[in-house]
Amino acid sequence: MNGKSHIAQFLMLGAVLCLGILFLQPLWKITLEAAQFPGGLDLYIWINKISGNDKHIIQNINILNHYIGMKPIHPDAIPELRYFPWVVIGMMAFGLICIGVNRPWFYLSWVLVMIGLGALGIYDFYLWLYDYGHNLDPNAPIKIANMNYMPPLFGEKDLLNFYVRSYPNWGGVFLGLAILLGAGAFYLKGKRVYV
Amino acid sequence: MRTRKVNMIISLVTIMGGMALVVACGQRNATTVIEGDAAEQVYIAPGEYDEFYAFLSGGFSGQITVYGLPSGRLLREVPVFSQYPENGYGYSEESKPMFNTSYGFVPWDDSHHIELSQQNGEFDGRWLFVNGNNTPRIARVDLSTFETVEILEIPDVAGLHCAPFITENSEYLVSGTRFSIPIPQKDVPIDTYKENFKGLINYVSLDQDHGTMELAFQIEMPGFNYDLARNGKAVSHGWSFLTTYNSEQAHSLLEVNASQKDKDLMAIINWKKAEEYVAAGKFTERPTSYYHNLMDESTGIAHSQEMKMTRILKPEDCPEMVYFIPVPKSPHGCDVDPSGEYIVGNGKLSADMSVYSFSKIMKAIEEKNFDGEIEGIPVINYDAGLHGILQKPGLGPLHTEFDERGNAYTTFFISSEVVKWNVDNLEILDREATFYSPGHLVIPGGETRKPEGKYLVAMNKITKDRYLPTGPELAHSAQLFDISGDKMKLLLDFPTKGEPHYAQAIRADKVKPNSKKFYNIEENAHPYATLGESKTKVVREGDEVHVYMTAMRSHLAPDNIEGFKVGDKVFFHVTNLEQDWDVPHGFAIQGATNAELLVMPGQTKTLLWEPKKVGVYAFYCTDFCSALHQEMSGYARVSAKGADVPLKWGLNETLRENQEQAEKFYEQLENKSK
Repeated sequence: MNGKSHIAQFLMLGAVLCLGILFLQPLWKITLEAAQFPGGLDLYIWINKISGNDKHIIQNINILNHYIGMKPIHPDAIPELRYFPWVVIGMMAFGLICIGVNRPWFYLSWVLVMIGLGALGIYDFYLWLYDYGHNLDPNAPIKIANMNYMPPLFGEKDLLNFYVRSYPNWGGVFLGLAILLGAGAFYLKGKRVYV
Repeated sequence: MRTRKVNMIISLVTIMGGMALVVACGQRNATTVIEGDAAEQVYIAPGEYDEFYAFLSGGFSGQITVYGLPSGRLLREVPVFSQYPENGYGYSEESKPMFNTSYGFVPWDDSHHIELSQQNGEFDGRWLFVNGNNTPRIARVDLSTFETVEILEIPDVAGLHCAPFITENSEYLVSGTRFSIPIPQKDVPIDTYKENFKGLINYVSLDQDHGTMELAFQIEMPGFNYDLARNGKAVSHGWSFLTTYNSEQAHSLLEVNASQKDKDLMAIINWKKAEEYVAAGKFTERPTSYYHNLMDESTGIAHSQEMKMTRILKPEDCPEMVYFIPVPKSPHGCDVDPSGEYIVGNGKLSADMSVYSFSKIMKAIEEKNFDGEIEGIPVINYDAGLHGILQKPGLGPLHTEFDERGNAYTTFFISSEVVKWNVDNLEILDREATFYSPGHLVIPGGETRKPEGKYLVAMNKITKDRYLPTGPELAHSAQLFDISGDKMKLLLDFPTKGEPHYAQAIRADKVKPNSKKFYNIEENAHPYATLGESKTKVVREGDEVHVYMTAMRSHLAPDNIEGFKVGDKVFFHVTNLEQDWDVPHGFAIQGATNAELLVMPGQTKTLLWEPKKVGVYAFYCTDFCSALHQEMSGYARVSAKGADVPLKWGLNETLRENQEQAEKFYEQLENKSK
């Protein structure tokens, strides 16, 4: 064993720490911009909660959404916010096991599971956005034919008087970084074995 | 023959003099005065902010107005001493107690002098104080909400003009009676003025954390008219200076009879000494009556308390507490420079202005350099306390403010100008005409230890041709000058509300960061608050009916109410459930004989409605709140007295029969939305 052999373990440790950041930073940020909301309304999607640039943002977005008949956002009613954190903690534990075992296959399976979970998470997020944007109250005061209010998953879009931007936030960036670091660990460890 | 010739010459001179005046007036017009980049200096681009807040007293409107400087834009009118139907101040059940006095409910006053709270001789941007002249009162406005939160009546004074001057750490507000009166009030002939009439100088202490006012003590003074005051600062901290007029003690035709003496007096008070006497129990307690009205921060409800005792200090029992020094003829303003060393006593009928030196006054007191005494109060030798005389600066000096470069600026009412002069060497440096006849003037921080001598606003008493005419009644005019250079430069005219007397201006960044955007609904402790639509209800208690109503974009809940009866006293307690900036909701109902309510987010306000006629009456939101504001309305059904129409209320669907069912309905509604 020389010093180099630890690099894969350090990379994996980095990946685990990156996942830890999901509890400190939001995954995604959706910004609603309109003339009468100076600075815009920022909605942050976390692994375990939904927040805004002030504590009343959800109430205020719900008040606006009721005109078009969109369901109010109730974080309590989104079960993913309760179990996703445990998935992340599980993956952090799995990552620590990988460091202990220090085998390429462990690293690889961690990376594959991570990619799978990430894809599922994004798909789930998409379903929620679709549901909010399409499932509208037929008695809504404002009805526009063929209009849906689904915010973009990634990118920017006009929604009535709002211009909506939806992009990953620091949590999302670190999630990607975790996968890259895991892949790096697998690559280094794998290289050592086969060279 | 000879006398006729002389007369002719005099007439000729008079006519020519008159013509010269007309010519001179003709030259004084705005187009010749404005020069250079004045427009650019006052232009605040859309979306940009002014550099200073200026708070102008509203004079006979009883209110204060908030302007931005240098733009001269009116930002808001804050109701203080007068009812304000625009937002329900003085009409809502919460704010009505603000107007309680020992004379009953007094919904108007004459507001004069603005004082901002200070720490270490600088504005701290926390509170604003202003006096009510007619029914002697002092009000406190909280600068985080721009709302009047407290009004304290001052007992046994008449015309609280000389108020409410603040000390440099906001320890006290000092005030004096404008008119002396019998104390206690009694039925005496007016011509017994000299025996029976007295004047009080009042010290109101301030709670340093909450700003709450308390009448600490009153000093009984000779029966003169106490006009204006300032407190010492830096070297002179601990002392107050008050001008008096009518030391003649006239009680009729004051314009002549109170203008006879060549010199009136300035009262000089050592308030630290007065504090010692109060602590030592040297006061007498006298029964009296005055009201203290204070708004509870958590409920927004004002409560009145009648106070029944006051503590009086008498100068003859308290040596070394009060002095007088002569001031030329009928002084008005009494202003202390930023160093605290110089005190300007403006004799408004005198051709000269006297400037006193605090250190010389102290020396004269030490050396007992007195010219007799008045009712036990030593009169300091005029020359001994004098720093110097500003010779013939203009006609009718009223008020003086200062910059940070050692200059003073004085308004001259009769010659209609502002004169700039050096305080130390008493040299006149510049004069600029104002349009017309200025009273007070203001420089940001101009009465503090830290003036910002960039702008000066002269508050003119006469408007005449400055704006498009609006019939016989015109807005009073203010004028903004740039005083940053050697020469003052007129930049802008702007109309004002009421009759601004004094004003104070403060750098915007001392106030703006603390400005509340809405009231936190979790902190709403109003007993009739409705914290959620599921809690709305209507409760009858005999002839009183309480409606627990909520407002939220874009409906009032409940919006259909039946079961009111002619002769009921209906209290609409409206809670605005919003928690966003700039989303007030209003409430008005037909047949109300008071006003509307304007309810800020998170607040609860109450309107009393006494239906007189059978029918169905509409109520609605008055503040355009949203795209569906026009739909934000409802109906109240009024039945005959003694009718058996049951109380029902609701929102949407059919009317609920009773409270239980209504609550169930709202709960379902809320669950459905989850």
